[in-house]
Amino acid sequence: MSTQIIVEQPDSTAAPIARRLAAQHDSLWVKYSLISLTLAFCTLFLILPLAVVLTEASAKGFAAYRQALVNPDTLSAIRLTLLTALITVPLNTVFGISAAWLITRFKFPGRSFLTTLIDLPFSVSPVISGLVFVLMFGAQGWLGAWVSTYDLKVIFAIPGIVLATLFVTFPFVARELIPLMQEIGKEEEEAALSLGASGWQTFLRITLPNIKWGLLYGVLLCNARAMGEFGAVSVVSGHIRGLTNTLPLHVEANYNEYNFAGAFASASILAALALVTLVLKTLLEWRQAQNRR
Amino acid sequence: MSISIAQLNKRFGAFNALNNINLDIPEGELAALLGPSGCGKTTLLRIIAGLEWPDSGRVIINGEDKTQAHASHRGIGFVFQHYALFRHMTVFDNIAFGLRIKPRRQRPAESVIRTKVHTLLELVQLDWLHDHFPDQLSGGQRQRIALARALAVEPSVLLLDEPFGALDASVRKDLRQWLRTLHRELHVTSIFVTHDQEEAMEVASRIVVLNKGKVEQQGSPSELYDQPANAFVSQFIGQTNVLDSHNHQHWLQSIGLGDDAHPGLVAHVRPQHITIEKTPTGLPPSIVLKDWQHLGAITRVELTGTKPDDGLPPVLHVEMPSEHFKQLQLFKGDAVNISIKQVQWFN
Repeated sequence: MSTQIIVEQPDSTAAPIARRLAAQHDSLWVKYSLISLTLAFCTLFLILPLAVVLTEASAKGFAAYRQALVNPDTLSAIRLTLLTALITVPLNTVFGISAAWLITRFKFPGRSFLTTLIDLPFSVSPVISGLVFVLMFGAQGWLGAWVSTYDLKVIFAIPGIVLATLFVTFPFVARELIPLMQEIGKEEEEAALSLGASGWQTFLRITLPNIKWGLLYGVLLCNARAMGEFGAVSVVSGHIRGLTNTLPLHVEANYNEYNFAGAFASASILAALALVTLVLKTLLEWRQAQNRR
Repeated sequence: MSISIAQLNKRFGAFNALNNINLDIPEGELAALLGPSGCGKTTLLRIIAGLEWPDSGRVIINGEDKTQAHASHRGIGFVFQHYALFRHMTVFDNIAFGLRIKPRRQRPAESVIRTKVHTLLELVQLDWLHDHFPDQLSGGQRQRIALARALAVEPSVLLLDEPFGALDASVRKDLRQWLRTLHRELHVTSIFVTHDQEEAMEVASRIVVLNKGKVEQQGSPSELYDQPANAFVSQFIGQTNVLDSHNHQHWLQSIGLGDDAHPGLVAHVRPQHITIEKTPTGLPPSIVLKDWQHLGAITRVELTGTKPDDGLPPVLHVEMPSEHFKQLQLFKGDAVNISIKQVQWFN
């Protein structure tokens, strides 16, 4: 009886070891193929396009590149794009925080409906987002008469562009914050309240530090979209050169006129703005990691 | 400061969380809100703290009606079940928080804050952790820091929600003793919530038993144990043998506990109120010793009937000093005679 057990034991342990080795081997193979697949994908769809933009922009030499940038229409497009981002990003940051706060800290009827509603700008096509504002503020629109009595111009003017961009970029901050604030919970905020903090002190000293990285990420995404939005803005802008063309619209206009150097030069500005935001984000994250320990 | 709750009601949708609660906690008391999970004890604690609002009724702290007061104006220290330490602040900053956010005129100087925080850290015996972050601490350490943070603003009332719930058994035991000692030193009126009757008996000087949103009984631990107001309290506080006159009538009569005086009632017998002795050999056994557990000073004995239709409950629990059990020299399967010293009858 006892010898039988001794004979059996090595067999029964050897098999799992062999299987484990095989499993490791397998995972190694999977690991490397996944790495190469990801790298190939990134190169093809992220790095290559960026390289094309930069090489095409400087294809006719640096002078032509500079020429395309100092063109008054390009400068006006840059100004308008920055102005739009400067208005919409802070507004949507405030809206996003309020919406996330409301949804995660209070229970009220219609809460899940509101959560879905916030996603609306993501789920409709940007062209429709633009069209909505034309239908509202256009000459024949619901509020068209009201707008014209005050001699305001919304459609084919800067207010329309800002409104359309606000609409399209609304979900970014809220979407980023809702799951984060749900996960953090409200206990720390309640602790602060019971220690005598006002609502505002609680927000500034407890909530904000806890959500700042998520918030920053949301703001960066919101900013990137605000500067890059094409569809909705295209519908409401009217494409008035030097007046209502944002950078993406300006790129398209140049491209349609076979002014490739101009188109790519403007595109490189957009790409550079995106890269700057990315670098900023990485830098801030690194700083945070350094401070913490 | 004393706490009074008057005619308090709270509903969550169709669920009646608290039903006409009336309570009086005298100054300096260390009271436990005890009850099974879902009985409304945490809701009651949160209403006292101002973190939840009652549908009707009043919360009176030290004679003042605080029902409408904001949480930040109640002068209450609240210790959360999962501590709720500010994760982005060091232990020192956590404790200093309540002092630093005071309006400028009431705020102590930074040097005063520093002294105070270190005094509190010494009180909870964790001064060496002052520059650590909460995620570097163990559960027991976090709990003590949370307590120090709540004490920093010198609350008139201290509320603790399941203060030992998330800790492992040995740490829990130490902290219970420590909380008792601390309360004796500080003498702050305190209420803590627990579902563990042993914990309530060990720590509290006064226990409020809650069940399904209602106060079943309040009193000192010994009052609750010796004179339970109803069957729920009797079964929830300590162990008890439940014998209803319908199923166990025959046996109850055979030991002289006929149900003539208590028709339709249920007999509750504490394990230590049953005495056993060895049946002299030769007599047919009616009750035998099934098993026993040596629990240190006392021994818990399980008895069972030999005949299936004798009306005896499946297991009868008896507790006696271990010394006594040794003298009886009983073994598994031995026949015993029992006598019951004390019975309580409930609906």
